[in-house]
This record gives sequence, structure tokens and C-alpha cells, in this order.
Amino acid sequence: MTDRSTPLDEVMRRGPRLLGPRRPRGPREEGARSAFVAFVSTLILVSLALWVVLTSEAWPRVQKQFFNPSAFREVWPDVASGFWLDIQMFLVAEVVILTLALIVAMIRSLRGPAFLPIRMLAIFYIDLIRGIPVILLILLLGFGVPALQLSGVPDGRLFWGVTALVISYTAYTSEVYRAGIESVHESQRMSARSLGLTQGKTLWYVIVPQAVRNVIPALLNGFVSLQKDVALVYVLGIREAVRAAQIYNARTFNYTGYIAAAILFLIVSVPVARFTDWYTERDRRRRQAMST
Amino acid sequence: MAVKLELTNVGKAFEDKVVLRDIDLAVQEHEVVCLIGSSGSGKSTLLKCVDLLVPIDEGAILLDGQAISGPDVNPNTVRQRMGIVFQAFNLFPHMSVVDNITLGPRKVHGLSKEAAEERAAGLLERFGLADKMHEYPDRLSGGQQQRVAVIRALASDPELMLFDEITSALDPELVAEVLNVIRGLKNEGMTMLIATHEMGFARDVADRVCFLDAGVILEQGPPGEFFTNPQQPRTRQFLQRIVEAGRL
Repeated sequence: MTDRSTPLDEVMRRGPRLLGPRRPRGPREEGARSAFVAFVSTLILVSLALWVVLTSEAWPRVQKQFFNPSAFREVWPDVASGFWLDIQMFLVAEVVILTLALIVAMIRSLRGPAFLPIRMLAIFYIDLIRGIPVILLILLLGFGVPALQLSGVPDGRLFWGVTALVISYTAYTSEVYRAGIESVHESQRMSARSLGLTQGKTLWYVIVPQAVRNVIPALLNGFVSLQKDVALVYVLGIREAVRAAQIYNARTFNYTGYIAAAILFLIVSVPVARFTDWYTERDRRRRQAMST
Repeated sequence: MAVKLELTNVGKAFEDKVVLRDIDLAVQEHEVVCLIGSSGSGKSTLLKCVDLLVPIDEGAILLDGQAISGPDVNPNTVRQRMGIVFQAFNLFPHMSVVDNITLGPRKVHGLSKEAAEERAAGLLERFGLADKMHEYPDRLSGGQQQRVAVIRALASDPELMLFDEITSALDPELVAEVLNVIRGLKNEGMTMLIATHEMGFARDVADRVCFLDAGVILEQGPPGEFFTNPQQPRTRQFLQRIVEAGRL
């Protein structure tokens, strides 16, 4: 099977990890040799890039505005505590999203005329929400709902900002789950039903466990995406990392705060992205080993 | 003997392709009926119709004289009374052997985990798979997987067993172990409807053989008569080819 794969397939499969042409694993000296070549060529490229940037005429100004050590020290505590709020929002939202999205996906996967109304409702929700920019939803709920001053309804902007993210991400994530549910072969559903299991039990015990396994990489991808998108609630004036950096910027006209926030986001999202790749690759290998 | 299963005038079409037409078939209690015929003759669909996995377009299906094919019948309660085993095993790959077997008893029949596992252990013992109880399906041979699938269907104490070409996906040397399981069930008096390509087995185990061709039961009779003295030209042609292929 792999013999026939085109270079494009290879790129698609190995994705961003494709650093050079694939070659068969040779003897140890050759491995050491290629590691050395990779190291030297990386070193040359990075040095060259740094040299170009640091010797350029604009660098002193860029450094002062973006990479200013004293500004960094000054803004860091605010950005860091804002970032902690981002993390908290992310964790709470993600748990709720994963649960609600699964429920929506299961509703969409029910068959038979009796379930048509709730199936339609699920489709309507998904279509509607996926058609609206997240930022718009955040503004609408975050400012709109508290302004209504309804009794018994929470009026915190933070609450509604996170709710908007949950509503939006649940729609996308339920589609990820649904793709997983549909990737499980029909014969699995049939044999579960033949045991007398209801549709719901068939989904829960037989289809969903297999479906979730199939879409874990896609779900992890969603994690990375949400982990950054929580910052969007800054538009509600919530003091998370981006907002903290913005306040500093408005006061000093210095952009180092944004760089500090960017670094914090990267520290969290890059490992998750690497883990996603690692997991996807391992899962692919396992499946290949199983099918041979 | 009472009639266990009865199909009267059953018809089924997918889009405009007719797969079953005017099927009249009665299976007595404790009887073993084999369905034979070329691929695409409708054997598989017939079995799935009986288990209500595929809705019929015409006619009626009766279990113990009660219609089960109508819209007012809960298919789940009907399916609890039958077991079906498929060609491709269809075990649940994310569950161990014992979990596969106890899923129905626990989640449909409400047995406790302990009671269901005790029963499963007994069945595995009986079919020589006691040591595979906690294995996952992908660690078993095809023959073992198929025997687990049979046990899974038996675990809910069915009154009727349906087998859909259960040896067709197996390596030749694994066929016997699965067929012996069915022979064992026959000796216990299980009522069975078996679609099969194994003519020697059908002749050996069946009380009656039905020949399906293009969705119609063309000919049926006791195996001795059917295999030695077929009446229809199409049946003769089919059996002739089987003999030429060295399969009978």
C-alpha cells in the first residue's frame, strides 16, 4: 500500500514533521551523519535569519517596541494573571463542550421518524451557530443578556462570554463527533440492534466508544483552537491576558505586553499540537499493524 | 410439532431491485432449515428481515403464530427472542470477549454483571474458549471470533437462531470448528435457519433444504431428496456446478 503512495500523500501523512526527504533507516553511522547534517543546516539557517533581523536598520526600534525587557518585567504580572483566567475559561468550557457536543451528535444520529423533530432541532442549531462569527456571539450574549436584567439569569459578562464560546464550539465539536459516529461500520450497529439493544444503548455502548477513538486527533485540534479563542472575551472588557496587554499598550504605546501574552499561549498550545501529531501517528501505525 | 417461525408471502425490494418475492416458509420447533443459493439470491436479506433488521415491503412474519412484522410491534422485544450470527463476525472490537457476550444479557435483559459473566464463562467453557474470556477480538483467530459471535447470540437464551453464511469469511481449516458448534446446537434441539454455501454441511445437518434463486424459493425438501433428485432445472444446474467445483 505504501509503495504506491505519492509524495503528496507522504506530505499529507507526515504533515509539518516532514523536514526532509524520507530515506530508509540505514546503519548507525549513517543515522549519526544525517543528524549532524540536519543540525548544521538548521544552525546555518537560524543564524542567517537572526543576522538579517538583528543587523537591520529597524531592529533597535522593533526591539524597543516589541521586545523591551523593562516593559516585559512591568507588564508580566498582569498578563500572567490574565492568562491564568484564560486557562480556567478554557478548562471549564472544554469539559462542557465535550459533553454537550456528544449529546447533540447522538441526537443527530438517531434514526426513525419519531426522532425527526429533535434531529431537525440539532441540525438547525448546528447550521445557525456555524454561520455566525464567534466574536459576534460573544458580543451579543456578553453585553446583550446582562443588559436585559432578567431575574434569575446570571448577569456576569464572564459567564456569558464563556457561554458564547461553549455554544459556538459545541456546534463544531458535535460535527466532529458525528463524523466519528458515521465512521463506525453499519454492521456494528446492526449486530448491536440484533441483540435487542435500543438505538440509544447501541450508540452509547457500541458506536460512541469506537467513534470517539476515531476522532481524538480532531478533538485535540479543537482543544488548541479553543485554548486561543478564549482570548476573544477580551472584547467584553474581561481582564484576561490579551486585555491586560491591551491596557498596558494603551498606557505606554509599547507592544511588549502582546508578545508576553503570545509567549504564554505558545507555551500551552505548541505541546498540545505536538502531542496531537504524536498521537495521530501512533494511532495510524497501530491500525496499520492491526490490518496486516 | 408447533410452527416456530412462519413467513407468508414476504416481499422486499431495494429501490426497484426485487430481492425477495412471495416467500412462504415455515420452520417447525427444533427444525433446522438450510437456505442455499448463489450469492445475491436473497438468503442474507431473508434472515435480516426475520430479525427485523430490514423492514419487509409485503407479507407477514410470524413468531409462535404472532405477527412480528407490523408497525405496532417493538422490534427490540422480538430481537431478544432470536439470535443472529453474521458472515463478518461483527464482534465489538473495543470490548473483551466476555464484555461482548454479556452486553445483551446485562443491558437488555437486566442481568447483574456477576450473573451474566457466570453464564458467559459457562458458555465459553462449553465451546472450548474458556481461556479467551478476557482477550480482545483482534487477538483471536477467525474461527474463534466466529464462535464468540455464536456465544454472544446464545447468551440471551434465544428461541431461534439465524446464521448468515457464518463460515464464508473463514480460512478452510477453521470452518469445521464453527460448523461443529452448529451441530452441537442441533443436538440440543435449537431451532435454526441457516444460510450457507457449505453443501456437505447442509446435507448433513439440515432437516430441510430451501433453494433460493432470484429472491424466490424455487424448491425445498429433505436433504436426501433435494441433493439426489432435484426437480427444477435451475436447481439441477446449481447443484451440477457445485459438484463440478468439488464442493459436494
